[in-house]
Amino acid sequence: MTDILITGADWLGGGRGDLLVRNGVLADPATAGSDIERFDADGLIALPGLVDLHTHLRQPGREDTETVASGTAAAARGGYTAVLAMANTTPVTDTAEAAEHVAELGRRDGLVQVVPVGAVSKGLKGAELAELGLMARSPAGVRVFSDDGRCLSDARLMRRALEYVRAFDGVIAQHAQDPRLAGPDACCHEGTISGRLGLPGWPAAAESTIVARDIQLVQLTRSRLHVCHVSTAETVDVLRWAKSRDIAVTAEVAPHHLLLTTDEVLDYDPTYKVNPPLRPAEDVAELRLALADGTIDAVATDHAPHARHDKEHAFAEAAFGMLGLETALPVVVETMINPGALDWAGLAMRMATAPAHIARLADQGRRGVVGEPATFVLVDPTARAVVDRDASASLSRNNPWHGRELPDPVVATFWQGRVTFRR
Amino acid sequence: MRHLLSAADLELASATEIFDVAEEMSLLQGRPVKKLPALRGRTVVNLFFEDSTRTRSSFEIAGKWLSADVINVSAKGSSMSKGESLRDTVLTVAAMGVDALVIRHHASGAPRQVTQWIDAHVLNAGDGTHEHPTQALLDAFTLRRHFRQTAPTLRDFEGKTIAIVGDITHSRVARSNVLLLNTLGADVIMVAPPTLWPSGVDSWPARFCTDLDEVLPIVDAVMMLRVQRERMSGGYFPTPREYTIGYGLTSQRLEMLKVGAAICHPGPMNRGLEISAEAADAANSLILEQVAAGVAVRMSVLYSLLGGADDTPPPTAREPLG
Repeated sequence: MTDILITGADWLGGGRGDLLVRNGVLADPATAGSDIERFDADGLIALPGLVDLHTHLRQPGREDTETVASGTAAAARGGYTAVLAMANTTPVTDTAEAAEHVAELGRRDGLVQVVPVGAVSKGLKGAELAELGLMARSPAGVRVFSDDGRCLSDARLMRRALEYVRAFDGVIAQHAQDPRLAGPDACCHEGTISGRLGLPGWPAAAESTIVARDIQLVQLTRSRLHVCHVSTAETVDVLRWAKSRDIAVTAEVAPHHLLLTTDEVLDYDPTYKVNPPLRPAEDVAELRLALADGTIDAVATDHAPHARHDKEHAFAEAAFGMLGLETALPVVVETMINPGALDWAGLAMRMATAPAHIARLADQGRRGVVGEPATFVLVDPTARAVVDRDASASLSRNNPWHGRELPDPVVATFWQGRVTFRR
Repeated sequence: MRHLLSAADLELASATEIFDVAEEMSLLQGRPVKKLPALRGRTVVNLFFEDSTRTRSSFEIAGKWLSADVINVSAKGSSMSKGESLRDTVLTVAAMGVDALVIRHHASGAPRQVTQWIDAHVLNAGDGTHEHPTQALLDAFTLRRHFRQTAPTLRDFEGKTIAIVGDITHSRVARSNVLLLNTLGADVIMVAPPTLWPSGVDSWPARFCTDLDEVLPIVDAVMMLRVQRERMSGGYFPTPREYTIGYGLTSQRLEMLKVGAAICHPGPMNRGLEISAEAADAANSLILEQVAAGVAVRMSVLYSLLGGADDTPPPTAREPLG
């Protein structure tokens, strides 16, 4: 591999400098030879490669909507160098063999590090624990377990899962949705708009009550909880309470919940149907505050590709979910950097360092110093573009940002010295 | 008016026009030959994703009396179960050359979604728990006649108070009625146990209340909503008995109504549950008039969508199937 000298890059906005990529790691730029590739990064910011705690890669099972190859290509375009692949594939990632299969697909086809998430319960059925320990011991080294898509609503099973994963420093990532308060029909934030549109509502309390319960279970079990896609101000309140007591809970927010509101569903466009649903502007404002002050630790995409024929139904019958990998950084720049709520170091913490730490990924979210993995992304802080869903690397087109102008920051992505995307 | 998707699409003037034309159309019902040439050569498809003999036949007769070619397509269970998307189903029907689609769907918003995919006029014949605008029109048409006969005023609904009682949250009839009656100038009071109030009642153009007995003496009309079987076991209220005692129009409550106050029900009724036989068959019950008005009002709506000389070119699917 040829050395690459990146000149003038500003690591986390802390000052300009050069980065020398040699054999997959950062080397001393003073040792750069003459016969090397040069990359002019003047005016660009360098960030550690982004880590997505919440990606649906759909392989195995729905390769018509996404594959490890296409999903990780989208991730690399979005500035990511690692994604956690959710377990709700077909078959479900609920055994060591299934986890190793996903990890192997990642090694073969991945343009980013592909880290399988293990199911907490067998078949995501919420009844019995999956083989958590065997998944942890497998070469895939699973540390994050989630039944995402479904809530682990049984308090006893949740308690056991939290206790059990303590043995190998695992974490339970909970999709917080009380199925009795927000069942499978619930497809819209419960409020003025759901009432007017006659759509089954998903009340905020269906999320926050589960989070409150789980936090108490963390206190009981002295384990580690991660809350997926926080969407409501009520959940933020509960998280603030837990963090003020140093309870081991972390949380993520999805980019769409930082910008889109319930108003988007007024025309019943299933592109905006997502679980948890888009919430009112007051929740959006509170989520941004919580992300800025660290109550919410990370941004995670919940990238959820769907075939057109699974979306072009009546709103209540269409599939939940939207694409996110290519637009996450643009949305966070728009909602957090541009208004001054976060600086680049703060963004890197929430999109790379914290998620890497939560998932226990040793080689991700690192600093830009000699000896560290050459895993970083170069971003142009001022570029903007209109999102075109057809320009996506994803196999799916359920892109809620289509036609919107957003920042277009990613110039190049490096993963262990390899250029995985370059504009 | 290009489509009729919501009662909110109707202004006072357009609703009044529909009522006035419906009065003309209703004269036809008494004639031996019930046919007008107004929509000759036009094709209306009743696309029903949910069974409804009453609404479908009412639209069918309305179209036929206006000389339109009317085709009924039952798409019940066709979308998800056959793997066909709503868009595919609708494009397939529209591709046959259709001027208007009358759509009944079990999911809220489906008719509005359909308007993005085809050029034909779309008429919402009831969508999920969202709206049923022609039901609201025929209810208001019936009430207008009643008010004109019993207590005429310059503007028919001005100063009139109308109560809508029952399962508001799941009722498309209630949603359309509250919007239309408000447009027409009536005061609307919604009466239900709080479990059957929709989310966000503060934004509704109506007062919400839990005490039927407080409301009955002041209303000029009371509209009783059907209680769906599945709500009875859904925990929205403890028992049918308790519901009837709290919110049913029982024979005892009939006496609380002002003289001449009208009783309405969109049907089908659960006699003995939300409405007693005495109330349903009372002299001031308009329930059969509502049914009779259905054809005339739907003729008027079809005419207002399709009858204009400045109509748009024949519908085509904008995009190929795929």
